[in-house]
Amino acid sequence: MLHLAEGLRLPTNGLDYTILAIYFAVVLGIGFAARRSVKTSLDFFLSGRSLPAWVTGLAFVAANLGATEILGMAANGVQYGAYTVHWYWIGAIPAMVFLGLVMMPFYYGSKVRSVPEFLLHRFGPSSHLLSSVIFAVSSVLIAGVNLYAMAIVLEALLGWPEWVAIVVAGFFVLAYITIGGLSSAIYNEVLQFFVILAALIPLTIVGLKRVGGWDGITSSLSASQGGDFLTAWDGTGIGEANPLGANWLTIVLGLGFVMSFGYWTTNFAEVQRALSAKNLSAAKRTPLIAAFPKILIPMVVVVPGFIALVMEPTIGQAGSGLDYNDAIPVLMRDLLPNGVLGIAVTGLLAAFMAGMAANVSSFNTVFTNDIWAAYLKKGREDGYYLKVGRVVTAVGVLIGMGTAFIAAGFSNIMNYLQTLFSFFNVPLFVVFIIGMFWKRTTPAAGFWGLLSGTAAAMVNYFWLYQQGIIDIPSDQGANFVSSIVAFVVGGIVMVVVTLVTKPKPVEQLAGLVYGTKSPGLDLEGAEEGDEVWYRKPALLGWGAIILAAICYVPFSF
Amino acid sequence: MTEKQNPPAEGHAFQDEVTELEAKSATAARLFDIRRIIGALFVVYGLIVGAAGIFATDADLEKAQDININLWTGLGMLALGLFFLVWVKLRPTVPPTPPLPQEALDAAEGEGGPAGRG
Repeated sequence: MLHLAEGLRLPTNGLDYTILAIYFAVVLGIGFAARRSVKTSLDFFLSGRSLPAWVTGLAFVAANLGATEILGMAANGVQYGAYTVHWYWIGAIPAMVFLGLVMMPFYYGSKVRSVPEFLLHRFGPSSHLLSSVIFAVSSVLIAGVNLYAMAIVLEALLGWPEWVAIVVAGFFVLAYITIGGLSSAIYNEVLQFFVILAALIPLTIVGLKRVGGWDGITSSLSASQGGDFLTAWDGTGIGEANPLGANWLTIVLGLGFVMSFGYWTTNFAEVQRALSAKNLSAAKRTPLIAAFPKILIPMVVVVPGFIALVMEPTIGQAGSGLDYNDAIPVLMRDLLPNGVLGIAVTGLLAAFMAGMAANVSSFNTVFTNDIWAAYLKKGREDGYYLKVGRVVTAVGVLIGMGTAFIAAGFSNIMNYLQTLFSFFNVPLFVVFIIGMFWKRTTPAAGFWGLLSGTAAAMVNYFWLYQQGIIDIPSDQGANFVSSIVAFVVGGIVMVVVTLVTKPKPVEQLAGLVYGTKSPGLDLEGAEEGDEVWYRKPALLGWGAIILAAICYVPFSF
Repeated sequence: MTEKQNPPAEGHAFQDEVTELEAKSATAARLFDIRRIIGALFVVYGLIVGAAGIFATDADLEKAQDININLWTGLGMLALGLFFLVWVKLRPTVPPTPPLPQEALDAAEGEGGPAGRG
């Protein structure tokens, strides 16, 4: 949960508000202009599976680049120093490449419309319903928490009352998704991607000049925070103490493998962007195209955190009046003149709305297709489900707005619930990975793997860690360990249950399991022009991995 | 490969449904090109912010560490906006093929075309 300090009011003027107003008009305009392209439910939920790869790729990275992520990663930069790069280079890139190269043929090729729907066909109704309901509830909740976080930020920065921010942003998101569907959400995410860069790049440039460039940062922070602060791996030996509370093993396995693969490969808010691509080649390239900006984003998010720490050395400490999350707002206040300041405010607001829109547009798809159409009202004509999708969007946003108001009163409960839901992604990843690569895995194993993995993570976090039975120095470190526990327990339970229960007949698994193919799927799934070198998924994927590895070099020696 | 043998229809009804909806989908044919919107918005923003840079006050310059950040940001945004507009101009959206039965589409796909090599 974000809390911004008092005294962060930005000196905005009419010029800045003009820039903001233009953006709001364009956001709505995109919704209305996209309306005429929505004819079927597939148009509404998956843009008719027809968008080009660069659009879905930028939307993929933008859906993750919400404002809570931007402010939070800058805050991590202040708190943990260069360790923060682990969330990008090891904690995102390998998983994104794996999603594109290995998992996308199953997701896109099998023509499922959502991540839970894959579970339905691969395993059966029990795991499908469990994951659909949890996904639907958690996305609405997260949308509400985002909305509340935004209200706090806008109150601090612009002086808007919280309810105004909640109602205005909620209304805009509701309007443009209800009208234009996923195309409208995705187009706005692409726009948001460029606006947020136009906000962060000038901020970083002016900030670097203010503190004497990168040399200024290293000399100042090495002196004040110690030599390990600007390294990625120093102090992460097992048993050594570091601010992150994690060692290299829990970083690599917990964050880099289990948590990141759980988030990037099974979170439908992300995967949905790839499923809306126009063919299998474009779907595979979606997370790969997204990987390159993701590698570079720390330069304009984490570096501003360092700059803020040089400018305000007491940030985040009691009595300073500033929280870790204030890093970027402080730079906006102190360094940006009107004009660019308007762009920065617009970018931040755009990032909040796009983050929420990603949750809402994935929620309406899962609720309509995987809960309503699958279990409650089966077999209606397509127009009916399109209508339901629109109503569900509106209801979802309204519940999100309600959640935001509740969060204003009970923010601790919200934190708790978010942690709770975060434990669901990892077992989901175990179930997917075993289910995709082991034909024999049974429907019962899918369900019990999901349940036991989630339970194991909760037991580890809420009981073993919070009751102090095992000693982990920080919440972050405990998250990493809980994920590893969830992965191991879920995996073991799946193997055991599989060995004692009956598998699905192999012919029902065509296209869902490694070594089978979807009937009717054209073999390469590419269109003319896709064979040029810069559109080769393998090259893009391995290129991203190598680039991420190279990025580690200056922080490792 | 064996997957060409008739797969059981029962397990794959959802795939037929998606194929059918894809054929009816209007997105490819009727969705506007986002490049125009990005281009137009960034040209407008570039002009506004750039103008703020041209008329920058001493206080503005001092705040931004003697960088005319409005001017540079404005120029950068203008360049990006023009890039998108030129891109649309040079590579306009391919006019969508009218909805064809799936078999015809499959047949057309193998043919390739002049744009195939880059």
